[in-house]
Amino acid sequence: MMQQAFRFDPVELPPAAKALRREVRAFLDDNHASLGNRRDHDQAFSRKMAERGWIGMTWPKQYGGHERTAFERYVMIEEMLAAGAPVGFHWTADRQSGPNILRYGSDEQKDYFLPRIVRAELSFCIGMSEPDSGSDLAGTRTRAVKVDGGFRINGSKLWTSNAHRADYMILFCKMADAGQDEVDRHAGATQFLVDLKNSPGIEIRPVINLLGEHHFNQLFLTDLFVPDNRLFGEIGNGWRQVSSELAFERSGPDRFLVLFKLLTEMVRVAGPNPDRATASALGRLVAQLATLRRMSLSIAGMLQEGLQPLNEAAVTKDLGTRYEQDLPVMARQLFPAEPELAAVDTYVSMLARATMNAPRLSIQGGTREILRGIIARGLGLR
Amino acid sequence: MRDETRMLLESVGRLFEDHCTKAVADSAETGTFPHALWQAVSDTGVPLAALPESAGGADAEWSDLCAVLRVAGRHAAPIPLAETMLAAWVASSAGLEVTEKPMTVGPVRGDDRLTLERDGNGWRLSGRASRLPWATDAGRIVLLADTADGAMAVVLDGTAGAELAAGRNMAGEPRDTLSFSGLRVAGDAVARAAAGVDRAALYRRGALARAVLMAGALERALDTAVTYAGERKQFGRPIGKFQAVQQNLAVMAGQVAAAGAAADLGVEALSIDDPAKQEFLIAIAKTRVGDAATLASEIAHQVHGAIGFTKEYSLQLSTRRLWSWRDEFGGDTEWAAKVGTYVCGGGADALWPTLTDG
Repeated sequence: MMQQAFRFDPVELPPAAKALRREVRAFLDDNHASLGNRRDHDQAFSRKMAERGWIGMTWPKQYGGHERTAFERYVMIEEMLAAGAPVGFHWTADRQSGPNILRYGSDEQKDYFLPRIVRAELSFCIGMSEPDSGSDLAGTRTRAVKVDGGFRINGSKLWTSNAHRADYMILFCKMADAGQDEVDRHAGATQFLVDLKNSPGIEIRPVINLLGEHHFNQLFLTDLFVPDNRLFGEIGNGWRQVSSELAFERSGPDRFLVLFKLLTEMVRVAGPNPDRATASALGRLVAQLATLRRMSLSIAGMLQEGLQPLNEAAVTKDLGTRYEQDLPVMARQLFPAEPELAAVDTYVSMLARATMNAPRLSIQGGTREILRGIIARGLGLR
Repeated sequence: MRDETRMLLESVGRLFEDHCTKAVADSAETGTFPHALWQAVSDTGVPLAALPESAGGADAEWSDLCAVLRVAGRHAAPIPLAETMLAAWVASSAGLEVTEKPMTVGPVRGDDRLTLERDGNGWRLSGRASRLPWATDAGRIVLLADTADGAMAVVLDGTAGAELAAGRNMAGEPRDTLSFSGLRVAGDAVARAAAGVDRAALYRRGALARAVLMAGALERALDTAVTYAGERKQFGRPIGKFQAVQQNLAVMAGQVAAAGAAADLGVEALSIDDPAKQEFLIAIAKTRVGDAATLASEIAHQVHGAIGFTKEYSLQLSTRRLWSWRDEFGGDTEWAAKVGTYVCGGGADALWPTLTDG
């Protein structure tokens, strides 16, 4: 008999993590002016964090890392997220590109990239989705051909967040000779480290989101040449490499702290003596958040042990986005207002921000439907 | 988890597997107390395990007791195991003797009040204890009552002398209301409970026990639903192969996982000395598990179709308990209000530290 479908072992934060939390809060106090100003991509702020050893915290010292525990990193990032710190410059590299380079990169790639990520010199983005390949990543059409000294790549990437600012992209594509194998749809999947700033053959066009902001891009790759030493991992191993990246991408507190400020504002508006119905509605949200945090910490513990908790990560992201999408719904019921982004009242502007950002949460990093498919597979149904 | 805890859980799991049959559950609902099951559980020493060795216990941790309760919840064990553990905790803290009989404890409702008045070398007990779990089957009833100089624990040998209104929860578990009008109680059956063992603490621990039982029952309901979806065929294939069913079960699995994590959060709160902080975390557990019980039971039934709605099929042993337990020792709305009151009282700027400290 199946005892528990998924594993969420209790964890206790080590004393070092508690000390670090105080340190991070002091840092955030000192840098108060940088917080919550929506300029998410701020290399100067990332450099300050780098000076304190807060990028690549868990990586080996050999590559400039700090060999601290996954729990310490967890505490640091949750403090940054809750405070609305502008961590965008190094976020992707620290969360998933770096750890994956550590796992699959060549010695030269580790020596080159990891110390530069740790010093907040290089920023990364993720080249997975395409115009005809969103959730169905295996349907990627971008193709690489082996040529003398490297690879020639043609295709297009879409929804590529921060490609216009990042230095490197980890590109997911297939080898041209892989064809359209219907039996093994993952055959030929391969990844490359693409220098976005210094490669001819890349055109980057902005795709403006519904808030009027520029995060997304479409990339056109035309006879892009990538040298042999920037092949990432092994030819044909791209699917497995991407999968391991996703456990990092889906389990962190960034999956339920995007709209934390709205919850804070709701508590502020409720005041110190809310009526029972208001207290109860807020209490349910807080109970969800506290539970999510615990689940996410458990996953950090499993990552620390070197496990790949893909199912648990999918469960946590699905629950996390559901909770965050419920936040503006509950806010409107409890404290009605006409939301406006530019409102002086922080609650009113956060309500606008949350309402308009909510739809993306259950799409980016794996749609709700894809995640539930993964969970169903974990239950043995597929 | 410690090795000895793991071994204990395995042996208790086997015991429940053998004894908690559908027939035992059915006859318990019609008033036949499962003595064989109780005896088997009692023989393991689990019900009194948290007592000091000097009082016949094993100095076990409450976290271990809760782990056992989760297994009991998984098997829908129709016995007052949580109640006996709680009764033993209250009675022994007051230095009152406990036995291996099934026990219950109260009051379990916030608005009930019992009083004790001195009468010579004994006492007189008055007031009401509503919906006391398993009162008619309990060999001992441990109650907390107010006196002119503080709260005392009192041990009764059954319901004799009380006005009894029998009741049952939706799972058919006895929930009996006892009213006392000056019932004479001997002096040696009353003693002052230890500091920290009071009405509020009993209520917290009772709510936590229900949350843990529910976490176990949810695991069983998921197990049952997933197994059924793999076996039941419609349109030429198992219904679990349909995406619509898979997506529903995935949602249920998320709720069950969240319930387990929330219950763990509550269990760990027992090691916190500050009652307000402990209550905050147990309130989170009861709220979150209660919400999960609501959402997950609905899906479990939807996956099963009509068969799940029958008395013959076992799913209802879990879901009727979930629907009952979520409202016992305070429903999720009551506990959610405690969570909300706590964070609002602290103010917006204290919300994040409150969630992360400790």
